[in-house]
Amino acid sequence: MSALTARTKKPGGFLRKVRQNWIMLLMVLPAVLYFLIFNYLPMPGIILAFKRFNYAQGIFASPWAGLENFRFFFGSGDAWFLTRNTILYNVAFLLVGTALQVLVAVMLSEMRLKLFKKVTQTMMFLPYFISMVVIGAFMYNIFNYEFGAFNTILTSLGMERVNVYSDPGVWPWILIVLNTWKGLGYGIVLYLAAIMGIDTEIYEAADIDGANTFQKIRVITIPCLLPTIITLTLLAVGGICKGNFQLFYNVVGNNGMLFKMTDVIDTYVYRALMQASDFGMSTAAGAYQSVLNLVIIMTVNGLTRLVDKEYALF
Amino acid sequence: MKIRTTGDRAAFMAISYTVVTLLAIICLVPFLMIVTGSFTAEEAIYRDGFRLIPKEWSLESYRLLLEGGVSLARAYQVTAVLTVVGTALSLLISSMTAYVLYRRDFPWRNKLSFFFYFTTLFSGGLVPWYILIAKYLNLRNNPLSMLIPGLVSVFNILIMRNFLKSIPDSLVESAKIDGANDFIIYLRIILPLSGPSLATVGLFIALNYWNEWYNAMLFMTKADYFPLQYYLYRTLNSMNFAAQAAAEAGVEVPIMPTQSFKLVMTVAATGPIIFLYPFVQRYFIKGITVGAVKG
Repeated sequence: MSALTARTKKPGGFLRKVRQNWIMLLMVLPAVLYFLIFNYLPMPGIILAFKRFNYAQGIFASPWAGLENFRFFFGSGDAWFLTRNTILYNVAFLLVGTALQVLVAVMLSEMRLKLFKKVTQTMMFLPYFISMVVIGAFMYNIFNYEFGAFNTILTSLGMERVNVYSDPGVWPWILIVLNTWKGLGYGIVLYLAAIMGIDTEIYEAADIDGANTFQKIRVITIPCLLPTIITLTLLAVGGICKGNFQLFYNVVGNNGMLFKMTDVIDTYVYRALMQASDFGMSTAAGAYQSVLNLVIIMTVNGLTRLVDKEYALF
Repeated sequence: MKIRTTGDRAAFMAISYTVVTLLAIICLVPFLMIVTGSFTAEEAIYRDGFRLIPKEWSLESYRLLLEGGVSLARAYQVTAVLTVVGTALSLLISSMTAYVLYRRDFPWRNKLSFFFYFTTLFSGGLVPWYILIAKYLNLRNNPLSMLIPGLVSVFNILIMRNFLKSIPDSLVESAKIDGANDFIIYLRIILPLSGPSLATVGLFIALNYWNEWYNAMLFMTKADYFPLQYYLYRTLNSMNFAAQAAAEAGVEVPIMPTQSFKLVMTVAATGPIIFLYPFVQRYFIKGITVGAVKG
């Protein structure tokens, strides 16, 4: 009897829930449709990696190519340095960026001069506003061989000009500094918001106990920031195999001399698609990126669950 | 409250003020260089290189911009429309979604959260997405191909939902008892309380549209629809651009201000959006709450 009611209750329950919540369902419909069409619908398109794509025939009617595209991608020897570059750059961006953002946010939170805080925060937020196209122009102004500011300074100091556009070795430093510079103001706001959310009574209690500034930062501020740091880090790990296309494409450009140190999967896929029109191989590279990304985030999330379930993303 | 200044604290504050000042200057200097560079005479750039304070000032490039800016004006128009329409639409969809995910009594709350979040973990990659938009939806040379890609972002929904968490459930419940339906609650109670969150996320969305060039590069071949940043991108990558602009304006220029003209374009492309910041700044700290991803 009870089993029967449970079974008959289920569909009715579902319909009742729909009837009760139809307005809210309607409200999320645009977002659901959006992700369904633009994120879920292209997913089966990944089979293109196993096909010889013909634009007129479309994804499903194009002939099969077996593992040819993957053989070509991995056989070219590019896969290794692309993976290395993409992941290492993201790790470096994450570590350097987070450390500096947390440091400056803590410093700002201790300051009492309102005007100073406001002015410096505004200045540090400026780089966030400009497009990567403009950053590409900055870089050119600074490092241009003939009249870049950097070479202007070098020559005025009586030193030799340097041409960074033919020296791959310096690019990891340039890109890390640039990315940190661009994201600093934004990150500071995120962490400052988290610090402002800390109960002031905790600090007052610490004052009564005679704690000094360093002790308060170490024992109160940092532990209270930890959830935010972990969430933002895990979100960043969720995109660890996604290269920042806009950064790499605009700053490095199509300078083949630098690719060993500067090419990431995203720029490679873009060039394979738009310049070589190699749909199959670029899908294969993209598929490899997606799968690797999923494996990494699953692993990291699993490990996080083992340590502390609260912090895991899912 | 009285603050005792101990040696430790004095040292910490001294370091803090130094570090923050230095970083703020490093963030500002490139902007100053772009601006002063745009006012530098072309000969001075070739002779002395780019400097913070140019040896020879000139308004030549700005004159060229104002006189020959037909295509620039069009690019401004495209970007302005894209930014306004995109931001409004995106805020509406994101805030409605955030509101539903905030409602504890919404039965599919967790499943839906994961449905959204999963798209950040796995994707079909650039190519299937490109083919979908270019071939199956046939949006090449259609401004929609620049509007759609940034329209809904999981991270923005997350930030908005976490902001809403500070609004007590009882407010929603009492409105329900008074007979308000779910949309009225959103419109009359949630939206008016969402100011800081709407302002902050709105700024991020607006910035994203203002700086749009990537989708234009992928899908646009008609110059009529080039947004500002893509127009700038093409300018920066074509050496003869200043000459072209001069020809368009019918101006005789002794030395083509190629380098300084690029900088003038950069100033023109960045300028307006920066004026949004002061209006939004006071909401910033309140508007962003990065809580947990789930629940």
